[in-house]
Amino acid sequence: MAHLALSRITKSFDRTTVLHGIDLTVEDGEFVVFVGPSGCGKSTLLRTIAGLESPTSGDITIDNQNVNAVSAANRGCAMVFQSYALYPHMTVYDNMAFGLENMGVAKAAVAQKVNAAAQQLRLNELLQRKPTQLSGGQRQRVAIGRAIVREPKLFLFDEPLSNLDAELRVSMRIELLELHERLQATMIYVTHDQVEAMTMADRIVVMRSGKIEQVGAPLELYNRPANAFVAGFIGSPRMNLVAADVLRSAGGDALLAQLPERTHTVGVRPEHVLIDDAGALPYAVRHVEQMGASSLLHGTIGDGVAFDVVCTGQTTVHAGQQVRLSAPADALHCFDADGARI
Amino acid sequence: MRHFLTRTRGRLRFDWTDWLSYFYLMVGLFTMFAPIVWLVMSSLKTESAISQFPPSFLPYSQKTVQVQGFDKPLPLFLTKTPEGTRQPMAQVRRIGIMATMVDPAAPEQTIKVNINDRTPINALQFAWGNYTDLFKKFDFGRYLWNSVFITVVATLLTLLVNSMAAFALSKYRFRGQKTVFMLIIATLMIPPTIVLVPVFLVINSVGLLNNLWGVILPAIATPTGVFLLRQYMLTIPDELLEAARMDHASEWRIYWRIILPLSAPALAVLAIFSVMWRWNDFLLPLIVLSQSEFFTLQLALNSFQGELNTQWNYLLAMTVITLLPITLVFAFLQKYITTGIAGAGVK
Repeated sequence: MAHLALSRITKSFDRTTVLHGIDLTVEDGEFVVFVGPSGCGKSTLLRTIAGLESPTSGDITIDNQNVNAVSAANRGCAMVFQSYALYPHMTVYDNMAFGLENMGVAKAAVAQKVNAAAQQLRLNELLQRKPTQLSGGQRQRVAIGRAIVREPKLFLFDEPLSNLDAELRVSMRIELLELHERLQATMIYVTHDQVEAMTMADRIVVMRSGKIEQVGAPLELYNRPANAFVAGFIGSPRMNLVAADVLRSAGGDALLAQLPERTHTVGVRPEHVLIDDAGALPYAVRHVEQMGASSLLHGTIGDGVAFDVVCTGQTTVHAGQQVRLSAPADALHCFDADGARI
Repeated sequence: MRHFLTRTRGRLRFDWTDWLSYFYLMVGLFTMFAPIVWLVMSSLKTESAISQFPPSFLPYSQKTVQVQGFDKPLPLFLTKTPEGTRQPMAQVRRIGIMATMVDPAAPEQTIKVNINDRTPINALQFAWGNYTDLFKKFDFGRYLWNSVFITVVATLLTLLVNSMAAFALSKYRFRGQKTVFMLIIATLMIPPTIVLVPVFLVINSVGLLNNLWGVILPAIATPTGVFLLRQYMLTIPDELLEAARMDHASEWRIYWRIILPLSAPALAVLAIFSVMWRWNDFLLPLIVLSQSEFFTLQLALNSFQGELNTQWNYLLAMTVITLLPITLVFAFLQKYITTGIAGAGVK
């Protein structure tokens, strides 16, 4: 359990700068998710916190102690790697015991801790196996087990679920959340999957090109995205972002009249749009995806600008049909020319 | 296996490519294997059988017989008697072209015959004495021990030193890393004979002449070994090292517990090479070891070849013994050589 503070962290490799002054505080016991498209610097930031990379400038503080000069081993962090990084020549037991042995823990204590961790993660049966004899989910649990035996202050996960199939991913997600609840430890989790971020995080940190775009609780990000990037990134299916000019030419004058003058881009989530014969906006339906509980419409407005609509239940609208759309004013997000929320 | 060996390109009959490949393989087998077979057969011949002309493939030697009244066994010949019959007789002595022969059944009666009227009676006879005498006549055990000691110790040290260099060159980023690596590789271009004199001078000045360590130490670091291991270690993911670092492992423990076990296939290849190099090494031991009690098997072999006469039967027997360990190493470990080299190259 630890309190982590990052202040003005920058990181450059040769001439390319991957992190531009990151400021962030993670509270004790919090589950924070770094999310962003590939190459946004989220993994580098995690590795910097772990001590595997040293920041070019800035300070990392764990429990009010500056750890810039502290080695990765002594920061009290445990990391779960994307590839799991299990030692392929060691048994599951040895994999989990390796760290404790290196710390000089007595054999009996090592055995007790490893067995306790194995119990928690249902690995008892597998302790004498080699990693190559395990399934993806089991390897994942061993990697987590290796992290928890050392009772770290801070858990770092680097896209741990990306190598698993969809079904396993959902169950591991729940398992990780239960683990967090049980251990009450501070956890930082990196992913590029916004669904993972939304479902797991206490707080989400959205990153883009080495900068933090927004920090907040999942619903806060969903309801009040700070800029067009966050608006487009958080939520599935994606928010419709339409330039004001396009909206005007598509017949949305009435809508625009209610919005601030400076509005450059208007965003509206597909699930907030209504099919309404009295609606202002003509909409050409291209495809209909019926999912039973809801229906996803792909279509265009105005001059062929893509626009998605989600209707609850099973819609009678079919491909090729022309309908009209409306949206409640409070569901509209307005962004200025720089993409910032108005 | 049988199916593999009898596989042909033509469906039912031999295609011309089959003929060609079998011909090629046969030529290869003959040119490479025939000298070895000849060596083994010759090592089982007696000294006189070796110098016989025309040479025989199998170790034939002349039959001898113990005749009453003579101390030594006498050689047997198929002799044409004055009566015109041919019968086996033993030769008592020979003067010029006339030989005195005796019938082993009637030792008191001798006859004189022209040497053209008789032919030696040969029989298949393996001269195992060539091998057993080695252990009595020469300090064979000592040569063997010297060779084994040099081979084993040098191989272990080679693995240790080269893997450490390879670890640093593959897993650490430091200034001049490329330069160091290129320098190591560049030494491959210098023929060993060129550095022989400097090596000798160094060994001499540190007082390691006539010391087995004088042969071991100069050969420990090999550019081939560093290159082979480095290329293999590059394939070990860095994440494993990072995981180990977060697991409180010191750099030495990372090397010893993670890198070394995972490089086992490459280490096996280098071990096999090193054993072959050290066991067959001749030039370096020749200049470093001049006293016979420090001789390796290769040097002892050389010393058999005297200036005036050479005991070929012993020389050949010892050559066979010297070949054995390498043959065994190859026979049992060759799958590591092929898989290791393939793995090190492709990955």
